[in-house]
Order: sequence, then C-alpha cells, then structure tokens
Amino acid sequence: MALLDEKIRAQVQPQAQALIKPVTLHVFTQELECQFCRETRQLAEELAAMAPEKIKVAVHNFVLDKAEVETYKIDKIPALAVVGEQDYGIRFFGIPGGYEFTSLLQAITMVGSGDAGLSQASRMKLGALIKPVNLKVYVTLTCPYCPQAVHLAHQMAMASPLIRAEMIEATEFPHLANRDQIMAVPKVVIDGIGSFEGALPEALFIEKIIALVNGGKT
Amino acid sequence: MPMDFKMDIPSSSALNEGEEKDVVFDMAILGGGPAGLTAAVYAMRKQMSVIMISPDLGGQVLKTSGIENYMGFQYITGAELSQKFSEQAQLFSIKRLQESAIHLKQIENNRFVTRTDGGREITSRTLILATGKRWRKLNIPGEELYLGHGVVNCAVCDAPFFKGLPVVVAGGGNSAASAALDLIRLNCKVTLVNYSPGWQADPVLMKQLQGRVELLDQHQILEIQGEHDRVTGVKLMDRESKREHQLETSGVFIEIGLIPNTEVFKGFVALNEYLEISVDCATRTSRRGVFAAGDCTSVPEKQIIIAAGEGAKAALAAYHYITFQKH
Ligand SMILES: Cc1cc2nc3c(=O)[nH]c(=O)nc-3n(C[C@H](O)[C@H](O)[C@H](O)COP(=O)(O)OP(=O)(O)OC[C@H]3O[C@@H](n4cnc5c(N)ncnc54)[C@H](O)[C@@H]3O)c2cc1C
Repeated sequence: MALLDEKIRAQVQPQAQALIKPVTLHVFTQELECQFCRETRQLAEELAAMAPEKIKVAVHNFVLDKAEVETYKIDKIPALAVVGEQDYGIRFFGIPGGYEFTSLLQAITMVGSGDAGLSQASRMKLGALIKPVNLKVYVTLTCPYCPQAVHLAHQMAMASPLIRAEMIEATEFPHLANRDQIMAVPKVVIDGIGSFEGALPEALFIEKIIALVNGGKT
Repeated sequence: MPMDFKMDIPSSSALNEGEEKDVVFDMAILGGGPAGLTAAVYAMRKQMSVIMISPDLGGQVLKTSGIENYMGFQYITGAELSQKFSEQAQLFSIKRLQESAIHLKQIENNRFVTRTDGGREITSRTLILATGKRWRKLNIPGEELYLGHGVVNCAVCDAPFFKGLPVVVAGGGNSAASAALDLIRLNCKVTLVNYSPGWQADPVLMKQLQGRVELLDQHQILEIQGEHDRVTGVKLMDRESKREHQLETSGVFIEIGLIPNTEVFKGFVALNEYLEISVDCATRTSRRGVFAAGDCTSVPEKQIIIAAGEGAKAALAAYHYITFQKH
C-alpha cells in the first residue's frame, strides 16, 4: 500500500517536477531489526516515482555497502542523505514522517534549487565559523515546531562546507536520546560543545550556533 | 502506528530578503492561528495585499490532539485542522514572514511599522493583532530549572519521552484532560492535579478519565524536584487539610491555562485587566486602523470557531477602513 495518499501526491508532484537540479536520495537500510527502514525506503521511492527525471533513489545496505556507509558517514539506520550536485551533509536519521515530511520536502526542494535560501546577513555570519560542526536536531514526528529547526540546520549545511546537519527522530534512537538527555524537542546538540532547545528564527538560530562553536565569539 | 505525512511548505509566499523595502502592505496580520489565518483568507478575497507575520501556522491548534467542536468535522486532530487552515490561506498569494513581532509604531500617513525578532521592518496600512495565548506558568521552584528536563509545556511534542513512566499533569481544564488522555495511551501512570475545586474540563472528557488516572482535586504543586538534571518528583499540598506530601514522577505537564501574547501591544492599544486587547463588537481596538481578533482579545470564550469568526470580522473591518480612507 502506498504511504503517500492521492492528495499529498497531487501537491508534491508539481514541486518535484519543477526541480532545477537532480537530487539523489541515498537510503541506508537493512532487512531486519530496523523499525522504519522499509517505510523510509518506500517513502524515498514514492517521491522519486513522482519525478523520475529529477529525483533518484540509491538504496544501500547498511551492513554490506561499507564504502557508501563510509562516504556518507552513516552510523545508524534508517538513514537518508539528500544529495545534489554535491553532498552538502544533509541527513535524516529515522523516518521523516509526520511533521518531518515537511523537512524532507524542504530539503529536496532546496538541494534541487541549488540555493540554501538564507539571507545575506546569515551567510555573512556563517563565514565567521572557525571549525567543522555537526548539528544534530532531535525531533519527534508529532512536534509542529521541529521542522523549522531541522530546515534551518539543513540550510546552514547547504550554505557552509563546514557544517553537516542531521535530523534525528528521538523515539527511534532512544539510546542516543538518552545519552543527549532529550526530553523536549526540537533540541539542537553539537557533540562536545553544547545544546539548546526550541525553534528560533533564522538570525537567532545561526547566532546561537556560531556562538556555541566559536566559544562566544561571533 | 499508522504513519502520516504532513506538509507545510512556505513555498513562494516567503518574504524574500529586502522585499519589504519601500512596500506598504494593505494589511499586516500578526499571528497565524485560526484568527489570523481566517483573516488572511477574507482579506485576500478582497484582493488586499497581505503579509502574515507569525512563527508558526496553526497556533494553539497545533498543540491540540483532538477537536470535536469545530463545525463540519465531528472529529479532527489539531494537526489536520491546522493543516487545512494553512492550506486554505496559502491558496492565495499571501506573503509570509516566519518571525515574531517585537515592536509596533505608527508613522506618518496613518501607517504602521512592525519590527520583528529577525530585525525586519514591515510597513502596513492596517494591522490585525491575532497573537493568541500561551501557557501560563506555575511559577514555583524547579519549574524553570527542569524545563525540557521533565517539565513539559508542549504535550503533543514531548509526550513520547515519557512512555510507561509516572507523570503529573497540572491543571483541571480541557487541555489538561486531553494531555492526560494522550499520556494514558502511552501507558503512563497519570496523576491529574487541579488547584481549584471541581474540574473545569468538559464532562465528556472527564468521563473518559474516570478510573484511569488518579485525580487530585484542590491540590497545589509547591515544588518540582529533581536529581542529575531530571525531574524526580513533586511536593504537593492538599489545600483543604493543608497536608503536604511527596509524589514520585518523571514528568510534569503544565496545562494550567493561558495568558495573552500582548506584551508587545502594551501602550500601543488599550488592554483590559486580563491583559487582553480591548475590542468593540467590530474588532476595533483603541487605535484607528488596528483591529484584533481571537484569544488575545477581550471577546469572551476562547474557541477555534470563535477566533476564526472574529478573524473574518477583523479582515472585513480593516477592508472597510481602507476603502473609506482611500476616498
Ligand atoms: C490543548 C488545547 C486544546 C484546545 N481544544 C480546543 C477544542 O477542542 N476546540 C476549540 O474550539 N478550541 C480549543 N482550544 C482553544 C483554541 O485552540 C483557541 O481558542 C484558538 O486556537 C485561538 O486562536 P487564535 O488565532 O486567537 O490564537 P492562537 O491559536 O493562540 O494563535 C496565535 C498565533 O500568534 C502567533 N504569535 C504569538 N505571538 C506573536 C508575535 N509577537 N508576533 C507574531 N505572531 C505571534 C502564534 O505563534 C500563533 O501562530 C484548545 C486550546 C488548547 C491549548
């Protein structure tokens, strides 16, 4: 049975067909012991089927396809890398269902447009970043405020070669949620550096991250 | 769990950088809840140029699990209804700025300038204030400290982290009762703590809770306690006997009612004693050209259908105001 209903298809298809640049969804999966691997793969395939010229799916086995796992730095599944002309470091860990479906569509549209869509001021601020950073944005699928944080993180990843950004669906990776002390979402975690909760507007979100990474220097 | 997929793409409507320069919108709508979204639909049908300034689309409806009293739907989830609202508003080419208003002023020619937390300045001929309400706090020790570490104020967002655990829900109204119902479904052991005597929630909801949650009426939560960055319990007082006791819990869901988001409007338009914007029966505020609708106003009864109706009235009132001004 299809995951996406007719109504959603009707809305998504024109957007998918309008993509300027091709997008590849790299899906990392395995047959057993993975709660939403099958659905994540199916979701990617249903999206690709709407605009086969524009969206491709590459399915990788998490255990066997070691080279791809290494290239895309995948450490848990289901995982999805949204890749355009290059790999900007845009990742989804756990199924992008519920409200996170919006984040997935936004990532595809953004990568397919070739433009991160950040303001000039934000891009300038990103230029101040002094080291590589991996943004982990924890979400639940029932959180209406989460896609805003996920998309901003993905926009930053696309705009800066120093940034990689991951959506992590907290309930699918309870051990990670536990380790990073997630009891409220959205929560942005930067390993070894710090974290903050809540969805913020673009300017504040970027300032907060740069302040964390650069140790107070923005 | 059947998987659902929700779409809210700001798409072409997002206000591009610098696009607001030298533009005067007919209407700036502050707030994207039922009142603001309905105002947007009405204003667009009058072919006004409209910008909606709001951090989200849906408002409180986004945080509501199920709705049984919005006409046309016997039952609809908050997520679905807010999606339908925003889809209908986005059928029109309404501009959208995903930020919050932080300052308002009136300038020459009866124009208004709204400054946002993103540093943008939007000029408009009319304003619709529809910023709704937000959660009231308990204002007790431990609440701020453990926010996001067991203290919850978005039940639909964070309930999954408390699966199977003991939780306290503070409040006795509909939102507390529906949060309690959601938590029962996650196999939580729920204690519902109500400060005032009697339950304010609709009897139909209370009936569903009977025998499935512990009900503590007329109890006050004095303190939220924790260890190692996590909530471990609450200190309670029976308000009749004045006896205090401890209750172990992993989460405290705060659902004790709401306060209006009107701080930004203080000194700009008149507020009533509850800090709601005072409006007349045509949604007019104390300042000409500024209209207000929904939960942030003095209109009695805070409900989706009422907020939507008031939003429609506000848009039409603003339309008449502009038409009158042009002549
Ligand atoms: C848990 C819960 C359950 C409920 N159940 C029901 C029900 O079953 N039936 C029913 O009819 N009603 C119900 N209600 C009440 C109903 O949701 C509200 O009456 C309705 O949402 C009010 O709409 P509004 O547009 O006035 O305000 P809100 O829904 O509060 O929307 C306000 C909007 O303004 C935005 N905003 C806030 N500050 C600013 C700012 N400074 N600048 C710009 N934007 C801002 C917010 O982000 C939001 O988008 C429930 C409420 C809750 C909390």
